[in-house]
Amino acid sequence: MIRSEVLREIAPVLREALVVCNIGLPSQELHMIDDQPSNFYMLGTMGLASSIGLGLALSQPKPVVAIDGDGSVLTNFGTLPTIANNVADNFVLLIIDNGSYGSTGDQPTYAGKKTSLAKVASACGCENVVEVQGAEAAEALRTALDSGKMTVLVVKCESGNIKVPVITMDPVVIRDRFMKAVRS
Amino acid sequence: MSISKQIVADFIANDVRFVTTVPCKQLGGVIDEVEARPEIHHVPANKEDEGMGLCAGAYMGGKRSAIIMQNTALGVTINTLVTLTQFYRMPLPMLISYRGELKEPVACQVEMAVHTKALLNQLNIPTYHFHRQEDGAELDAILKYTFMCNKPVAILTDATFWGGY
Ligand SMILES: [Mg+2]
Repeated sequence: MIRSEVLREIAPVLREALVVCNIGLPSQELHMIDDQPSNFYMLGTMGLASSIGLGLALSQPKPVVAIDGDGSVLTNFGTLPTIANNVADNFVLLIIDNGSYGSTGDQPTYAGKKTSLAKVASACGCENVVEVQGAEAAEALRTALDSGKMTVLVVKCESGNIKVPVITMDPVVIRDRFMKAVRS
Repeated sequence: MSISKQIVADFIANDVRFVTTVPCKQLGGVIDEVEARPEIHHVPANKEDEGMGLCAGAYMGGKRSAIIMQNTALGVTINTLVTLTQFYRMPLPMLISYRGELKEPVACQVEMAVHTKALLNQLNIPTYHFHRQEDGAELDAILKYTFMCNKPVAILTDATFWGGY
């Protein structure tokens, strides 16, 4: 499975949560597969999906899923201790780990080599860390949301991209409709 | 009331309920007060761009947020300020310790101080500089201005304002 197939699998489960989606192809793919007002698409700012997701989860009661990538977690490693030490039980950090920087042409990341993001998350103090293969992602996400416990879910999959259009929606429109979904 | 307590009281009076901080010696008293006040959810961050991400999430979750940081970190926040805070039009008060100004004992701090206002100016970020103690009286108006215009706004506080080191 590649990332877009994982997103297709988990899209029905994501509808139940507020979603903060990582920059680049992940946002473009989710937008194409199942655009929802409850999706916040990052158009820039690599690395901050988990930080935005945590701030959102700490500030309101609805469940929040931050969809991150291995490359983006590597660029903002400081996020994992912050998540571990500021527990929000309505928060799931879902890392789609394809071992590559997908949006820039599938250059390999260290997560696809010696570095285990699940082990790093555990070492940072995250208490519920789960690693699954792509085919198990939807079930694992549902379990994480139902558990009522903050969870870091690492979904391992193959690298590879599909053709997908860029998001042309204005960022203020994305933000405004998202905030209305938060309040609804 | 101490300056630190007054600053945090102004934040609370303007409904700021989520504050992220990266430590600075000058801002130690403010950070202690942020931690002490039950009205504010305090989340220490490891890096300033991470803190701005936390603030963006809190703002979209319905809580007014603010960041407390040092000017030396301005460089690492530029992409975040431009592609997140400004691009999505989010308000963000930035209470900044302005290291490298008069009374600074560490030469290296001056190297970022000379770029601080130029960078903020280049980013079109409204910038206020607290130098005399009485300058702090403008904080309430600056916070109202920030949440009126939905922009990041910088408040630089130098060593003279804090009464030296
Ligand atoms: Mg990747």
